[in-house]
Amino acid sequence: MAGVDHKSHDMGLHAEQLKGRTQQRFFSASEEENFTYSWAFDVDPAKSAEIDALDMETTDVNLKIRALMEDGHGTITIKNPRARHGVGVGILNRANINFEGSLGYFGCGLIDGPNVRISGRVGWSCAENMMAGTVVIEGNAGSTFGAAIRGGDLVCKGDVGSRTGIDQKGGTIIVGGRTGAFSGFMMQRGRMVICGNAGKNLGDSMYDGTIYVGGEVEDLGVDCVPGEMTEIDLKWLTSKLALYDVSPACGVENMKKFVSGKQLWNYDNLEPSEKKLIL
Amino acid sequence: MCGIAGLIHRGKSSDVGAEMTSMLQSLKHRGPDSTGFALYGTPEKNQYVMRFKVAEQEDMKHGFDIHQQVIERQAEVDKRLDSLGVHVKLRDEVTEYSHRYTFSYDGDMRKMADYMEDVEGVEILSIGEGLELIKDLGDANVVSDQYGLSGFQGTHAIGHTRMATESDVDIRSAHPYWAYPFNDVSVVHNGQLTNYWSFRREMERRGHRFMSNCDSELIAVYIADRMAEGDDLEESMKRSVEELDGVFTYLVATSDQLGMAKDVMAAKPMVLYESDDFVGLASEEVSIRSIFPNEIHTFDPYEGEVRVWQA
Repeated sequence: MAGVDHKSHDMGLHAEQLKGRTQQRFFSASEEENFTYSWAFDVDPAKSAEIDALDMETTDVNLKIRALMEDGHGTITIKNPRARHGVGVGILNRANINFEGSLGYFGCGLIDGPNVRISGRVGWSCAENMMAGTVVIEGNAGSTFGAAIRGGDLVCKGDVGSRTGIDQKGGTIIVGGRTGAFSGFMMQRGRMVICGNAGKNLGDSMYDGTIYVGGEVEDLGVDCVPGEMTEIDLKWLTSKLALYDVSPACGVENMKKFVSGKQLWNYDNLEPSEKKLIL
Repeated sequence: MCGIAGLIHRGKSSDVGAEMTSMLQSLKHRGPDSTGFALYGTPEKNQYVMRFKVAEQEDMKHGFDIHQQVIERQAEVDKRLDSLGVHVKLRDEVTEYSHRYTFSYDGDMRKMADYMEDVEGVEILSIGEGLELIKDLGDANVVSDQYGLSGFQGTHAIGHTRMATESDVDIRSAHPYWAYPFNDVSVVHNGQLTNYWSFRREMERRGHRFMSNCDSELIAVYIADRMAEGDDLEESMKRSVEELDGVFTYLVATSDQLGMAKDVMAAKPMVLYESDDFVGLASEEVSIRSIFPNEIHTFDPYEGEVRVWQA
């Protein structure tokens, strides 16, 4: 792999030791299909529209967003979402989506590409399984924030509930305030930045990935260990946090880094079915 | 999955009946089996309000004799109250099987409750100076209309929409639970307690009575037990978080307080809105927003957190 494929490794951002059966397919920025689906709508960011969701059902709101994108609208503002569940899910387009208010459960789940801004709070499982794009929440967030995300930047400027980034498989989660217990539980890849305090069992059973914490950590979960903060980490944190206008009270230079101790899982072992074949 | 909600107005009264109905109706998707309200009205001096039932709603659909039996059961209740010297001021037959009495009594309330519940089919839902506990099958609008709750003036309330998982679909297993024999204490719960049976046996050995097999009832009994030992509400709730095992979020209300507790795993949801004159809590934000037209700032309490507010 050449050029852009190796860039992240050259920068030293990959602290993960990938070996054995752990595979990684590198993302190529030069391939157009990595950014858009062939069936994605051709939208113009300068063409904007508004939806007043006050008296609309969730399905109708989502269908309206889709219809507007199909009509070429690249900037869509949704007013009065009123904490409904499942709003803004499954958007597979590059578009600017602004929610003026709060979302309920599973808001903006299964998205791939849009830049979403939410002025209020989000309920449980915001942006679950997000693939790419950005989601920025101005208020607080509920539990299982960013569960199983694979890419993109998910930012909550306020406080977040428990199990933040459970099963995280990539991308970046940024929390401006504190986060609850079991954050980073079974994390597999990607980065999580917590500017405030972290609840108990941080990074419990994490396979891989990196967690940065600005405040106090109540305690570490099984196989989560302190890591060495490098210059590359500090540069990345500084630029990333500045991008979203959040910062830890202690300053980036005093943040702590946590990684997997890699003692819990058998990284190089064969799958059970393969063992049977050999034995 | 169940839905719970609570609200408290600081220093003033409001139509908590209509507010709680709206909050619970918006949580209907979390549990359609039954709905319950614990509403706290303005207490009158030396006067108690008692809500009790003489049969289950389901019972009324079966057999020819039940309609006569509920009349006989109520008559027996009246006879026993009279024999204890209870002065009943108002008898209100809310439904054929559910009644609301106002009364004055300076004797042993526990003895009175036990004597009443000795009558077949009779269960006291609540006794208190301000508390009125109403629960029945159906969603919030159905129960609220059936019992005429809109217009109920009070300072605070808790409520519950139930999806039955551990016990039957009946009034007995519906929430809230009154913390027998403590006047004005009620509990709603969302979750499962895994050490229910061991704690229930311990509580029964200590003389507490259980009316259902619902694990949520244990919380009410537990709180009652701790308060009998001298703990205040917050102390008893903090202790419960350490001793009760499982995943749970629950709300407790007393005559002038509202409390919430969350298990150490924070596995059950709770969203909180707090202002200078109002506190609203619910399993989902959509419930709080059902009574607030404007944007509000909400947040999640954390694992193991216990909070108590004063009316």
